[in-house]
Amino acid sequence: MTQQTVSTEPKSGRNPRRLLGLIPSYAALILLTLVFVAPLLWMVSTSLKPNYLTTRFPPQWIPQTLSNEGYSTILTTSSGNPVLQWFLNSLIAASAHTMLVLVTASMAAYALARMHFRGKNLMFVVIVLTLVIPQFVFLIGNYLIVQYLGWLDTLVAVIVPGAAGAFGVFFLRQFFLSLPLELEEAALIDGANRLQIFLRIVLPLSKAPLATLAVLSFLTNWNDFLWPVYVLLSPESLTLQPGLAILQSSYTTNYTVIMAGGVLASIPVLLIYIFTQRYIIEGVSRSGVKG
Amino acid sequence: MATQGMEQPHVQRPRGKKPSRGRKPADAAPLTAYLFMAPYLVLFSIFILIPVVFGIWVSLHNWDPLIPVKPWVGLQNYLDLFTPGSTTFGPFWNSMEATGKFTLYSVPLLVVIPLLIALMLNQEFRGRNFFRATYFAPYVLGVAVVGILWRFLLSPNAGLVNYYLGALGLPDNTPWITDLPWAWISLVGVTVWWTLGFNAVIYLAGLQDIDPALYDAAKVDGANRWQRFLNVTLPGLRPVLLFVITVTILASANMFGQSYIITKGAPGEETTTAIWYIAEQGLRFFKMGPAAAMSYVLALALAVVSLANFALFRYRGD
Repeated sequence: MTQQTVSTEPKSGRNPRRLLGLIPSYAALILLTLVFVAPLLWMVSTSLKPNYLTTRFPPQWIPQTLSNEGYSTILTTSSGNPVLQWFLNSLIAASAHTMLVLVTASMAAYALARMHFRGKNLMFVVIVLTLVIPQFVFLIGNYLIVQYLGWLDTLVAVIVPGAAGAFGVFFLRQFFLSLPLELEEAALIDGANRLQIFLRIVLPLSKAPLATLAVLSFLTNWNDFLWPVYVLLSPESLTLQPGLAILQSSYTTNYTVIMAGGVLASIPVLLIYIFTQRYIIEGVSRSGVKG
Repeated sequence: MATQGMEQPHVQRPRGKKPSRGRKPADAAPLTAYLFMAPYLVLFSIFILIPVVFGIWVSLHNWDPLIPVKPWVGLQNYLDLFTPGSTTFGPFWNSMEATGKFTLYSVPLLVVIPLLIALMLNQEFRGRNFFRATYFAPYVLGVAVVGILWRFLLSPNAGLVNYYLGALGLPDNTPWITDLPWAWISLVGVTVWWTLGFNAVIYLAGLQDIDPALYDAAKVDGANRWQRFLNVTLPGLRPVLLFVITVTILASANMFGQSYIITKGAPGEETTTAIWYIAEQGLRFFKMGPAAAMSYVLALALAVVSLANFALFRYRGD
């Protein structure tokens, strides 16, 4: 395991025989790409058609007649389904949730990584143990608590409870432990206090894991479905995901409207994905190998 | 090697090594530490600790938030779940069966297919990051988007799936979302499409952690591709494999949105999953006592499956 012999085989793929060998792989990969991308393209294409064309065969992947029927329907505020409001609600909820996670998790993770205090080990063990409890166990209890706090049917209900999850604390603590102590020690000697060290040294060194956590928190909250279905009740307080289910039930076969809603719900996450793909994939990869 | 990964003590080890270093006087102010912990601990206590314990308390009552009197019933809510003929027995075990079926059908596919894809992506060739990113893409979409999209695609008359099957000369009238076994095939297929990239990315990271020297050594020993896979790749992936299986079982047991949107539980209540039934009972009909009891029974069932899985891996490793 420790001997690191360098492979003598050329790995660059310049070798023509190797290239030839890759052809079946490429064929499979491209076929798979179609399987993953085509449904999304169909959603976009359908959202841009007049509804009478959405179920016409052979399918028009590139609509011959463009129409804003779908988008104008969902963006009209007078309808019983204020989709634009849902979109804003989702944006507010996911952003607030992300901020809350970043602030609370980074502070706790720093204390757990670098400070000494009574009960620390017990706290850490309890926090980590809750990582293996499935979400649905909290469902009834959390509902009653949220109701007691008067948060039912408000955005607070989908912003705050989810931020109690242990993943962020666990994830950031791992990273803080890997930072060299010397910088912090030097700052301590220079008379900096813990808060200053945390804000000026530790956080700036942790941009990558903080970005990863921010992106994952935003996506999780934006896509959350079961919880908002049950705690958000009136049409104007819904977020977009439970809203889509309602849109689907009220427009059943008006596919251009339903797909327009789907596109609207996908744009932010796909944009985030395109620009922060590295952080997302890094975060997920690490969860398997070390998490 | 086998248990490396998810167990906490291993992660903590490097910490224990340097207790004497860096504990400078400023560390000695525990108040600062508690202030740093406080915001998270408040959230953690109110929305994690209390709900778990409070849920148990609720499960021992006939608990309806709209009715002030909440009679103590002891273990009755649990006993009802195991008494044939009680009001909850039939529907609860139906929903458990649905969740069990879904887990049984989807987990093997979600363990094997992503591994094959990761093996393909683990070769060196141009564009592999592009393919990896593309296969992962559906995972960033919410279940609601995935649900409405596939409900449309799988629609018997209006959907592309039946249209293209027909174009290939296959039956073009399959009732994908309204009849069995098609409803299960659809739910499992959609879930594989949606979450396959997640597992593939985890496998890929695991594959890249395997020392290339091991492959070279195996080649020198005359091992062919299949033998190298069996003797180098699989053993090297053991911790990752255990992680993937555990996480996938957990995700499958949490299945809700796909049924809620794509099949709406049809046909009958066949695809109404346990989570959905629990949520409906507790949060729609406010039968919170029985619903809480059900959630603990489901959690226990899940714990048993996970432990069996761990034991199996450990046993195989020795």
